[in-house]
Amino acid sequence: MARFDLNDGGVVVIVGSGAGGGTLGNELAQKGVKVVILEAGSRIEMQDFVNDEWESFTQLAWSDMRTTSGSWRVAKDFPNLPAWIVKAVGGSTTHWAGASLRFDEHEFRVKSTYGDIAGANLLDWPITLAEMEPWYAKAEDKMGVTRTNGIAGLPGNNNFKVMEAGAKKLGYKSVHTGNMAINSEPRDGRGACQQIGFCFQGCKSGAKWSTLYTEIPRGEATGNLEVRPNSMVIKIEHDASGKVTGVVYADESGAMQRQKARVVAVAGNSIESPRLLLNSASNMFPNGLANSSGQVGRNYMRHMTGSVYAAFEKSVHMYRGTTMAGIIKDESKNDPKRGFVGGYEMETLSIGVPFMAAFLNPGAWGRSFTSAMESYPRMAGMWLVGEDMPQESNRITLDAKAKDKFGMPVASVHFDDHPNDVAMRNHAYKQGAAVYEAVGATVTYPTPPYPSTHNLGTNRMSEKPKDGVVNKFGQTHDVKNLFISDGSQFTSGAACNPTLTIVSLAIRQADHIAGAMQRKEI
Amino acid sequence: MREVDRRSKYDRRVFLKGAATAVPAVAIATSAGLSVSDAWADDATTLAPATLKTLVKVARDIYPHDFLGDSYYIAAIKLWDGKAAKDPAVKSLISDGVTQLDKAANERHKVPYAQVPWETERVVLLQQIEQTPFFQKVRGDLVVSLYNQKEVWPKFGYEGSSAEHGGYIKRGFADIDWLPKA
Repeated sequence: MARFDLNDGGVVVIVGSGAGGGTLGNELAQKGVKVVILEAGSRIEMQDFVNDEWESFTQLAWSDMRTTSGSWRVAKDFPNLPAWIVKAVGGSTTHWAGASLRFDEHEFRVKSTYGDIAGANLLDWPITLAEMEPWYAKAEDKMGVTRTNGIAGLPGNNNFKVMEAGAKKLGYKSVHTGNMAINSEPRDGRGACQQIGFCFQGCKSGAKWSTLYTEIPRGEATGNLEVRPNSMVIKIEHDASGKVTGVVYADESGAMQRQKARVVAVAGNSIESPRLLLNSASNMFPNGLANSSGQVGRNYMRHMTGSVYAAFEKSVHMYRGTTMAGIIKDESKNDPKRGFVGGYEMETLSIGVPFMAAFLNPGAWGRSFTSAMESYPRMAGMWLVGEDMPQESNRITLDAKAKDKFGMPVASVHFDDHPNDVAMRNHAYKQGAAVYEAVGATVTYPTPPYPSTHNLGTNRMSEKPKDGVVNKFGQTHDVKNLFISDGSQFTSGAACNPTLTIVSLAIRQADHIAGAMQRKEI
Repeated sequence: MREVDRRSKYDRRVFLKGAATAVPAVAIATSAGLSVSDAWADDATTLAPATLKTLVKVARDIYPHDFLGDSYYIAAIKLWDGKAAKDPAVKSLISDGVTQLDKAANERHKVPYAQVPWETERVVLLQQIEQTPFFQKVRGDLVVSLYNQKEVWPKFGYEGSSAEHGGYIKRGFADIDWLPKA
């Protein structure tokens, strides 16, 4: 395994080891580029994952202090937990569900397609679906996405069968067990899904793709990649010419270290990545690094989300088997006649009794709540995930008071639903309930959004430097050897789960960085 | 379909030792197959036994599950004695909260909270304090300490950890048999 010197200014430093950072690190290492990944969390291997929701949450979740504001309900129910993401090697690819969907063509051209929408800061991506298709194909092959590359779909579990039966009764056409980066058959050195049912707690069989046990060890095997866990980057430094020169990070013992770098790529998820840029403000960049546009931290998107759980007369046992292997795609189109632009997916979802108690209706108590809890084995559940509107006022800022243990201001997350988000959620709740009522649900529960798992948009891509933070390769408009490699690059959120697009962009970005390094452009 | 055996699959003594070490009286009572005696609260170090007993009633009124015996609610609230021992602010929050609740019960029903006969009447008293830090602390902790007990999971038809059993691939992940033909 490689070990690089702190003063080795030839390395690419990547902040974060998840879908973006872990993939970029491996791709660069495969091309012979020396890489140091600095990961804030610990290295927790597959065998150490636990099938226990709260224990796993304690083991994996990013629980460092954050603050919230805005009218979203998460700010009231979970004021210091705006996002449910992971602090560990592998990042949120340890707990993601595996849903791997491509954007639709129009979802790269939202401004052109939706037009002007009051309050929305819409912008077309500087790339098109046609440009992304080859990279999507590489990502699908790498991750082993079902229903691509000749890989069979996963078998449907009980929760899927309920959703499928209801969807067919309603006349929905595009209903299947999803495009999942979970092996339906042994592939690429990993086994087939055992239907364990704890996808969110880290896959103990390794059937689900995670950078933790795919990209990262492969990159390490080249001798070009070093991963340093428990290394929290607190500042990116630059020279008098405005080029970045390295990062300062707190190591395992809390001591400050300075790692020099030729290139820095930030992939800390859409809350920490803008926080790091803002905390790296200097005399030359008083508003934060790469922030001449003022867009760093803005346009925070979290997807329109919600869940519908439904109780039936007889048992379902929704928790058995792959959590999210089930989808209804019919509502993902853009059909403004429904009263909103953009679309949404309906995907199977289950949570266990401990999380159901916490998330079904946070704060609720009494007989109506316990009656719902007692229907648990007879419940089916789905997650609703759709495109939300980017808004400049939805943003990550530095908290004026709260500081982390290193004295750096923590991230404050402000979010208000856009009227389009609300209209979409209400439509989705109605359709979700109808799916279950079609097969005999006795009661349905429209469940509010959980802390955000899809955090997007806070360092967005733009053709023009004034409209965003990075160009079509994730390179910051202001600093040519500084890149953004996570979902914060997203110009818009699309209806679908973001990981496949993050991975595709990272593969593409690695190609660009390696080429630019070879040409001595960076 | 494979249904879940609602009887506990956990050894109760082991469970109580592991999850709530501060309740030996409960462990003794339940392991002997007896109903929970009144003695369980007597070994509390910080909160008054009467306070703890009222909290059990409050806990049941917040999350009433008639198929759960008192031992689960005791295990869920007994943790507060330890928290109160460590933090005087918690001690006064809990003690004062229960005192106020008893006062409100006495004013309206001439008896302390735990002796108000109907759940619906007690719930009215709780609704009046719903926004207080006392209630929010009690409810917020309870939603974890009650529902995160492994021993209650089978009673909700939930099977918990599955990887060590090979997942559900051969244990009914797709055994639903009552749906209309798609």
